[in-house]
Amino acid sequence: MNPFKIIKNGIVNENPTLVQCIGLCPTLAVSTSAINGIGMGIAATAVLLGSNMAVSAIRKFVPEEIRIPIFIVVIAGFVTVVQLLISGFAPELDKSLGIFIPLIVVNCIILARAEAFAFKNGVMASLFDGIGMGLGFTIALTAIGVVREFLGNGTAFGAVVSPAGFQPALLVILAPGGFITLGITMALFRRYQHWSASRHGLDEPRHEAGCVTCAMADACAALGRKEGDKA
Amino acid sequence: MSLLSLFLGAIFVNNILLSRFLGCCPFLGVSTKSETAKGMGVAVIFVLVMAAIMTHLAYRYVLVPLRIEYLYTLSFILIIAALVQFVELALKKINPVLYKSLGIFLPLITTNCAVLGVAVINMNENYTLIESIVNALGSSIGFLLAIVLMAGIRERINDNEDVPKCLRGLPIALVTAGLMSIAFMGFTGIIK
Repeated sequence: MNPFKIIKNGIVNENPTLVQCIGLCPTLAVSTSAINGIGMGIAATAVLLGSNMAVSAIRKFVPEEIRIPIFIVVIAGFVTVVQLLISGFAPELDKSLGIFIPLIVVNCIILARAEAFAFKNGVMASLFDGIGMGLGFTIALTAIGVVREFLGNGTAFGAVVSPAGFQPALLVILAPGGFITLGITMALFRRYQHWSASRHGLDEPRHEAGCVTCAMADACAALGRKEGDKA
Repeated sequence: MSLLSLFLGAIFVNNILLSRFLGCCPFLGVSTKSETAKGMGVAVIFVLVMAAIMTHLAYRYVLVPLRIEYLYTLSFILIIAALVQFVELALKKINPVLYKSLGIFLPLITTNCAVLGVAVINMNENYTLIESIVNALGSSIGFLLAIVLMAGIRERINDNEDVPKCLRGLPIALVTAGLMSIAFMGFTGIIK
């Protein structure tokens, strides 16, 4: 086990937002400013660290058939803890993130890492995986938040940085801007991946659309197939 | 707020996908074919309305009297997971034909943040049971509308060879969703 490799994997090679394309709802909703992005990233990372370590610790006792409900209960417990901490110590953040804090429960990143990594690896490896994935999510959110905040409001981390006469485009902060900014960011990241692969003489990375990229795809497909057979 | 404006508002103005960003994973993952998009949308209507009723009753008559409102996240997600299992079993028994077309989407819905999201919105806004049902119905119809429109557009985009390589697949779908969201902003004035 190489901690740095696991962490780098989370930030670049398998970045949850830009490569695996999971957990997009909070990405789109809270990336209206850099601070919100960081806050959401840290909250999700805290839950991810807790749930990854807990799932990895109990993986030997959990029957395979009911693992998903058990993951959900473990995750919901950590989310409640984080939720109470945020509303106690950072009430402003609580207000701006709103319902997306309880919705960390159904953030696919956390469930997907429990399923794809923590359930198969040791506690320490799962901890590093949580750090890497959490950082990858936080960095992507913050980067998108910085772009949207600057274009839509002319500020960065709340401070005015735009030159005089700069007309902020409000649309970027509104809902459509979220979709378009994330789409363009994802395309640029893919461009970088293609460039990086060709520089190292590797095959071009393949980008499947939709569910195939999601780490939960196997679980969903297995469920779907099982049910389909019965019917 | 009258029920009609709540209903129309939930479909068009606060569209659950395009303005509230709830349920983006199935919106982007299951929207490559119209047929599947339709199935997913109908299954969501079914589960979302039932989940709204169940979570409303559980919150009002169990969590509040026991003063454990802070456990709502945990209890709501358990209710939704159990409900989805139950709907699956009941549907298989009662209507196998419907089950065959909707069954495969049901497991996906447990972790769809639209279901939990609408339950939490109903709770935060202090909606009555009727208002919760209307909001859930409107939100899920909005979901069906958006995902079916999106699937129709994506079927055409996939036939198009002109899309730059790095934009193919999800990125172009996201930009499309952004343009759809701009169009939906045009509805903002229809309710006060």
